[in-house]
Amino acid sequence: MKAYDIVVIGGGPAGLAAATSAKENGCDSILILERDKELGGILNQCIHNGFGLHTFKEELTGPEYAGGFIDRVNELEIEYKLNTMVMDISRDKVITAMNSEDGLFEIQAKAIILCMGCRERARGALNIPGYRPAGIFSAGTAQRLVNMEGYLPGREVVILGSGDIGLIMARRMTLEGAKVKLVAELMPYSGGLKRNIVQCLDDFGIPLKLSHTVVDIDGKERLKGVTIAAVDENGRPIHGTEEYISCDTLLLSVGLIPENELSNGLGIEMDKVTNGPAVNESLETSLEGVFACGNVLHVHDLVDYVSEEAKIAGENAVRYVSGQYAESTEKLVNIVPENGVRYTVPKFIRTENMPENLTVRFRVGGVVKDCYISTYFDDICVMRKKRPVVAPGEMEEVKIARDLLNQNPDLKQITIRIEKE
Amino acid sequence: MEKRELTCICCPLGCQLTVQIDENIVQNISGYTCNRGRIYAEKEVTNPTRIVTSTVRVIGGEKPQVSVKTKEDIPKSKIFDVVRALKYIEIEAPVKIGDIIEEDIAGTGVAIVVTSNNCDCNIR
Repeated sequence: MKAYDIVVIGGGPAGLAAATSAKENGCDSILILERDKELGGILNQCIHNGFGLHTFKEELTGPEYAGGFIDRVNELEIEYKLNTMVMDISRDKVITAMNSEDGLFEIQAKAIILCMGCRERARGALNIPGYRPAGIFSAGTAQRLVNMEGYLPGREVVILGSGDIGLIMARRMTLEGAKVKLVAELMPYSGGLKRNIVQCLDDFGIPLKLSHTVVDIDGKERLKGVTIAAVDENGRPIHGTEEYISCDTLLLSVGLIPENELSNGLGIEMDKVTNGPAVNESLETSLEGVFACGNVLHVHDLVDYVSEEAKIAGENAVRYVSGQYAESTEKLVNIVPENGVRYTVPKFIRTENMPENLTVRFRVGGVVKDCYISTYFDDICVMRKKRPVVAPGEMEEVKIARDLLNQNPDLKQITIRIEKE
Repeated sequence: MEKRELTCICCPLGCQLTVQIDENIVQNISGYTCNRGRIYAEKEVTNPTRIVTSTVRVIGGEKPQVSVKTKEDIPKSKIFDVVRALKYIEIEAPVKIGDIIEEDIAGTGVAIVVTSNNCDCNIR
C-alpha cells in the first residue's frame, strides 16, 4: 500500500489551498485526489468575475482564481490524481479510491484533509408537485452546460431561489439569448449577494419576486410552464395569488449541502446546522488527524474565505504529522451560537492549541439592521462589533486573540450573539 | 430633472440611493450612508460600466470552448454588442489564461482576454 503524510480529498479551491499550504509548511509527502478530469473544482465553471477581491485585491474570474493555485501546485510539484473517486476512508486513515488506470487501490495517510465541497439541493428536496418533464435543472448544472459544454439548456427561463448561482445564471442565460422571465424567492429577502442582484437582475430588468414560490409544474415531455404563488410568513402558498408563467426551463438555486458521505462513513461527529463536521480550533474533526475546510465544512459566500480556511487546515495537518500538537489536556471551551447566530466554525477550542488569533465564522438566521455582534466569555461581554446590517447570505466573523483567552483561565464557554443596542 | 433609484453594491447594507440628474449632471444624491455609496451613485448614473464575461468556441481543444472576459470594464450599454461579437469568434487550441484573442471588441477599444486553459496543461 502506498503511503503519504497528507492526503487531500478534493482538488477544488479548498483542496488546492490546503495542499499548497501544507507543502509551504514543510510537508513533502502530499497527494490530492480529484474526481473530475481537471483541478479547480466548481471555479472552472464560474466564469464570471468578482473572485479574489479580498485575497488578490482584484476581480478575477473563477478559472483565473483556480489557475493561480493550480500553477502553484505544479510549481511545488505536489502529486495529484485526476478522474479518481474516493470510495471510503477508514478510521485508521486508509483511503480506498478508484480510477480507470489504477483500478481499485488503497492509500495509507498520516493526516487527511477533507475538501469535498458541496452540492446543490435538488427538486426532490422541495416537494414541488406536478410532472417530471425535461427542462428542470439545478442552476449549477445549467452553468456547467452553458459555460463548459457549450449548450443552452432552454429559451424561456424561470429561476426558483435567489442564491448567487441562480442570480449569476439569470445574467448568463440572458447574455446567451434566453429570456429570463423572473426569479422567485421563498424568503422575504434574497440569499444572494447584493452586487449580484444589481448586476445580474437589475441590469437586465429581470424581476425578483420575494416571498414567492413555484407551486405547480406543467408539461409532460418538456416543461411548458410553472405556476408561482405568494407565500405567507410561514412559507405556505396563499390561495388566490397563483400566476401561470409559460417557460421551457426551470432553474433551481435553492441551497447548497456539504457533501459529507465520506465523513459520515468515517463516523466523525457532525454539526446538525451546517451539515458539515464539527471541528475544533485547528479545523480538526472528532477523529484525530482528520481535518476539514471549505464548503464541506460549511457553505461559504466567498472563495477567498475558503482559501484562508484551507490554508489554516493545511498548516495544522503539517503540525499534526510532525508531532507539534500540544498534548490535549481535555480542556475545552465551547463556542455557542445564540440569538440570531445559527452556528459557529469552529465549535470548540482546545486552549493549549489556540492560535495567536482565531477566526470564528458564522451565519445569521435573518436580516438584522443596526446591530452588534457580541462575544461573551461566560457571562461577560468581551467584544462588541457594530454592524449596519447582517444577512443570512453573507458570512460573518469574529476574531478571538489567544492573549484574551489566556487572561481567562477558568473560561468554560464563549457565546456569540446578535444584539440590538 | 430626472430622478434615478439605485441599490448600492458597495457593501451588504444595500442602501437605496436616489440621484437627481439634470442633462447628465448630477444635482443631488441622497440615501447613501457612507462616501463609497456617493461615489458609486455618481458613476452609476453618469458612466455605468461592467466587465463582461462569456465564452468563445475553440477548435481542436480538449474542451469545446474557453471562458473570456473584457480586459477592462466597458460601458453598460455595450454589453449586448460585446456578447454578439463574441458569438462569431472561433479560436484554435491551445489557449491559456491571459491570451488576448481580440484587441478591440465591438468598437469599445477594449481587448478580450482568455480566462481559462484549453489544452493538455493539467495532465503531466
